[in-house]
Amino acid sequence: MPLVTFTRHLQRFFPTLKETEEVAGTTVRELLDELDRRYPGFAAYVVDETGRLRRHVNVFVREEPICDRESLADRVAPGDKVHVLQALSGG
Amino acid sequence: MSDCLLLATKKGTLIFDKTGGRWKARPITHAGMAVSYAASDPREGTLWACMDNAHWGPALMRSRDAGATWEDASRIIYPKGARYIEQLIPDPKAMEEAGRPVTYKPAALMKVWVLGFAGNDQPGVIHAGTLPGGLFTTHDGGESWELNLPLWNHESRGGDLFAGDATSKNEWGGTPAAMAYGDFVPGIHSVVVDPRDSNHLYAAVSCAGVVETRDGGKTWAACNRGMLNDYLPDPEAPWGHDPHFVALCPARPDRLWQQNHSGVFTSEDGAGRWKRVSQPDVAVHFGFPIAADDQDEKTAWVVPLRSDQERMTLGGGLFVARTSDGGLSWQTFREGLPQEHCYDVIYRHALDARGDRVCFGTTTGNLYMSEDRGESWRCLGNHLPPIHSVRFA
Repeated sequence: MPLVTFTRHLQRFFPTLKETEEVAGTTVRELLDELDRRYPGFAAYVVDETGRLRRHVNVFVREEPICDRESLADRVAPGDKVHVLQALSGG
Repeated sequence: MSDCLLLATKKGTLIFDKTGGRWKARPITHAGMAVSYAASDPREGTLWACMDNAHWGPALMRSRDAGATWEDASRIIYPKGARYIEQLIPDPKAMEEAGRPVTYKPAALMKVWVLGFAGNDQPGVIHAGTLPGGLFTTHDGGESWELNLPLWNHESRGGDLFAGDATSKNEWGGTPAAMAYGDFVPGIHSVVVDPRDSNHLYAAVSCAGVVETRDGGKTWAACNRGMLNDYLPDPEAPWGHDPHFVALCPARPDRLWQQNHSGVFTSEDGAGRWKRVSQPDVAVHFGFPIAADDQDEKTAWVVPLRSDQERMTLGGGLFVARTSDGGLSWQTFREGLPQEHCYDVIYRHALDARGDRVCFGTTTGNLYMSEDRGESWRCLGNHLPPIHSVRFA
């Protein structure tokens, strides 16, 4: 299964979220759906209600940013490393 | 008179209590997270905070124990298929595209800008004004929220865009306040409920004007008669106005006040007709917030800025202006407020009045309280985060 690693910021909202989770799925969207089942409400932090990746969030698969920010259709394979990150922004 | 103040700031929710004759801040809640608006439901005291998290999206939190603990409320989400007509960003490059075909964008919540609580005749009903220009209502105290479709599909916005392309001209312009959220869209920042009948409410839109429903949101009409719009070719156009905030006198709800981009306006007949009551010779004209007295319909407060072009204090000094005669004249008050090197701006939700108390917060993190109807001021905090809203609880 792909291994998904999260920015620590998300643990503020989901305190039991592990730093890295094994998640079943063949696309980034499927991974997100599975995470939303484990942690209800999780997906809404990463995508808006149209399914689009939020502006200041990024997802990397195999160290490359995903191509499809609109529907997260980028494919993932067993063992792939996926990162969910936030922009370093603010003040 | 309330002994509790609720502040939405760039770094969290701050609650001030008056105990032993002194106002004191509690430890900050939602530390490090931006909050766009915070207010107390006057019916049963639930506190609400509109989270404005740039990374993880807007969300609502509430406290049913006076701020001791907070819980997530349901997220507000636009229904599938909700669209809006894309606006031109008002810069020269974008304006070159003028005349292009109408284009559409899918709607997603950018920000909850304001909450408006219904009266005791509608328990559990709360309205939320948002970017990109949707009014949402909950009937169950925030368990679920529903987009008001008659207003979203209003003919002034191109009609029912769920059903197809626009069937009428879009009269709703974007607000620069939306630019930080990535698009030039309209925003609903004022929701004013008539205390006599919660089915009668007003919403104010930047940039469109004031709209009104008398049937609980089934039908909506513009009420901008008498408004003057100095930045358009036709100042008396029915749409295109930029109300910065609208307030109502609870004791006489037909009296409304409006701080607009183009001056201060008031209405004595439930927004049937507005009248400009600015007094530029005492610098009462441009600004963002306005507060209505809860008893005396002829009294209101503003915190003016120099001008549209120069959104700064006048001469580096901060003052509050009050009218006690329905806007015929304004008195200015400076006692206790900084009078030099002051660069504070007061946002549209950052002024409130309750009884003899008037309070405002600023973008530079200063919080000022008056307990004598605005005549003298005391600073309650100099090093607070930028303040987005101030509301007595």
